[in-house]
Amino acid sequence: MCLGIPGEVIEFLPEQPDLARVDVSGVRRVINVGLLSDEPPEPGEWVLIHVGFALSKIDEAEAAAALEFLEGIGQAYEDELAALRDSQIE
Amino acid sequence: MTQQLASTPPPRPRRVLSTGDREQQVLDRIERARRRRPKLREERITMSHGAGGKATHTLIEAIFLDAFRNPLLEPLEDAARLPMKGVGEAGGGATVALTTDSFVVSPLFFPGGNIGDLAVNGTVNDLAVAGATPLYLSAGFILEEGFPVADLTRIVASMRDAAAAAGVAVVTGDTKVVEKGKADGCYINTAGVGAVAAGVDLGVANARPGDKVLVSGPIGDHGVTIMLARGELDIEADVESDTAPLAELVAGLLGAVPGVRALRDATRGGVATILNEIAQAADVGVFISESAIPVRDQVRGAAELLGIDPLYVACEGRLVAVVDAGQAARALAVLRAHPLGAQAEIIGEVTAEPVGLVTIKTAFGGTRIVDLLVGDPLPRIC
Amino acid sequence: MRFVDEFRDAEKAHALAARIAGLCEPGRQYKLMEVCGGHTHTIYKHGLEDYLPESVTLVHGPGCPVCVIPMGRVDDAIHLASEPDVIMTSFGDMMRVPGSNGAFFDANARGTNIKMVYSPLDSLKIAKANPDKRVVFMAIGFETTAPSTAMTVLRARAQGIKNFSVFCNHVTIIPAIKAILDSPDLRLDGFIGPGHVSTVIGCRPYEFIASGYGKPVVVAGFEPLDILQSIYMLMLQLHEDRSEVENQYARVVPWNGNPVALKAIGETMELRPYFEWRGLGFISHSALKMREAYADFDAELLFAVPGVRVADPKACQCGEVLKGVLKPWECKVFGTACTPETPIGTCMVSPEGACAAYYNYGRLTRQRVPEAISIELSRP
Repeated sequence: MCLGIPGEVIEFLPEQPDLARVDVSGVRRVINVGLLSDEPPEPGEWVLIHVGFALSKIDEAEAAAALEFLEGIGQAYEDELAALRDSQIE
Repeated sequence: MTQQLASTPPPRPRRVLSTGDREQQVLDRIERARRRRPKLREERITMSHGAGGKATHTLIEAIFLDAFRNPLLEPLEDAARLPMKGVGEAGGGATVALTTDSFVVSPLFFPGGNIGDLAVNGTVNDLAVAGATPLYLSAGFILEEGFPVADLTRIVASMRDAAAAAGVAVVTGDTKVVEKGKADGCYINTAGVGAVAAGVDLGVANARPGDKVLVSGPIGDHGVTIMLARGELDIEADVESDTAPLAELVAGLLGAVPGVRALRDATRGGVATILNEIAQAADVGVFISESAIPVRDQVRGAAELLGIDPLYVACEGRLVAVVDAGQAARALAVLRAHPLGAQAEIIGEVTAEPVGLVTIKTAFGGTRIVDLLVGDPLPRIC
Repeated sequence: MRFVDEFRDAEKAHALAARIAGLCEPGRQYKLMEVCGGHTHTIYKHGLEDYLPESVTLVHGPGCPVCVIPMGRVDDAIHLASEPDVIMTSFGDMMRVPGSNGAFFDANARGTNIKMVYSPLDSLKIAKANPDKRVVFMAIGFETTAPSTAMTVLRARAQGIKNFSVFCNHVTIIPAIKAILDSPDLRLDGFIGPGHVSTVIGCRPYEFIASGYGKPVVVAGFEPLDILQSIYMLMLQLHEDRSEVENQYARVVPWNGNPVALKAIGETMELRPYFEWRGLGFISHSALKMREAYADFDAELLFAVPGVRVADPKACQCGEVLKGVLKPWECKVFGTACTPETPIGTCMVSPEGACAAYYNYGRLTRQRVPEAISIELSRP
């Protein structure tokens, strides 16, 4: 049960605190943010959307950390490749 | 222990490792099963039969082809090409293209057009991709009791404008009215007739390994527009139908580029369906690259939200072209020079293997199959 | 698309592939199970296996909530839809799942009104718009989706909607994983843990797998780099002889889950004493039903549901595929009698079923990227 898409919160609907408009690649959708009532998202924050509900907030710091790790691995790999190539150029 | 590395980043050399022999045996068995004529098992028509995918193909083969079988029908191209004896230059004969299409879209009016635009452009395009100059259309209307005359007037006005833009005339027609509750307001059927120039022989069966596959612009616009226009989803997006007459684009292409093997307009079933039709008709493989396929950001966003794949979503103003490799760059330039082909791309090529299958190199770098769907792409939540 | 495209980057995949290959002990075979059907779908859709060395095999697990619905429940749903003035609403995934007498599409051809919806809220909307009809929502899904059903029921109550009810088929993931762990047929080395279920239940519920059964678990996201990174993290744990629960999907999954979601489920639903899972048999405390306090939203109480247990067709081997004992192509009827057009079982018709994924995407001779072939990089 898995299809969850990240979307950016644009605004809350007036008089409907549970409903927010989110943006996915320029597509706007109204979703229910009631499951995040402990820590409602602010406009500009990103949430994970599943069947018309926001299930979770996307932690930008964690996302950045994840990408950094992947960059790091990618870079290390490139470095090793380069080292290997260099070591063969004798 | 140092081992030699394969060459550095893209393009990577392909090493084909066989999966277990057992798995290969199963895959072979499946291919044989797929070649057998599919049987129609259902007792009643379901929505899947109308989607343009496997269920539709099975229905056509089992019911229509079976009853009407003749060599002119067999190729099942978008238009039939008919030799007409005793007409043309000094009675020497000419080839006429004939096609028909019915339009049952709901809602009738949507961003980018209405059912009337589809009814004209759809049939014009089926003629154009057969290599014919579209000339005359018929228009049959089935109207629901209670349908507003103002709406009908709007639809017909659109048809008039679309016909003028496409250079065709609506020369005959029919009207029926059915009781309230039928016909969803308005159904339209159009049939079209065009003249095929001598020497033009387009057909998906002509595709050969090495040919390039092109698409004339971003895919999925129409289908996504309709899904959103139905208003069942609280989704707004700046997408509109790409309905357009392609006759001029096609004429320009055929006039300037030799070596065009086949043209198809991508309607229901999307680009994926056409690629499969090429693979099956010509007994070839088709290999495309995901990153080469043009898709508008918003169409992609909406498709991701819904869990559907733009490759299967209907267009109404896009063509797929199979072109000799040596002419592909020229074909691309010619398409791009026309407003309707401004975002054309070469998306892949025809291969010798695997026969009958369409494969795609995903943006991620792995390879997978693009099969025909059974019915409409169903939104997934999983 | 932000938070999506970055995690589909092919360049980073090559690096991970090399690392994974480098962690493989010569001569050892690794079997990792991805529990979640959504992961199976991603793996095949992006051709992820091309990045894995031959010694690492992915085993597809039972985390496909459509796949585990027994035929009898599909028949029950169609029976409900056939009641007078009923509009049945269902997610698209269910529309082609075969019951004893066809799927929802076939039932519609015979006159039922089963509408496809994208959210339980759509179903509620339909109920409000059609006060003279009785609208039933077929609720499927693991703990990922149960909170949405729960919130919809709470909303319906708050708004006084009387013509809306739920045919509840929500199932829970831990009993399914336990069934796999206790199955004598399988020797798994680790688990790619469900991503979105974990946003609700958190990562703690998997601790018993690591501590009790000694198998590493990495909770994974759904983009191909997420899964590849998770495989790398599992291989690292195995290499370092650790068995822990790790969270690769930390950008979305909070370690402690979503208390509001769990509360909503707890308020409206409770565990059934037992529930039949297709292929896995009866499992106790593995599925949800509406609580007594919400009986007026329970379709099984409002309508008489036949509840007949229907045995799977003899030829069907979905159970073994769901447990990961058989690969899709090892099922006797795969691709011949059982195809997406003529499905015998759920694995072939659900969009995240292993058979559907393999048939629609994976039916290819593997073309591995060079990095996935075991490469030992020399270190100076």
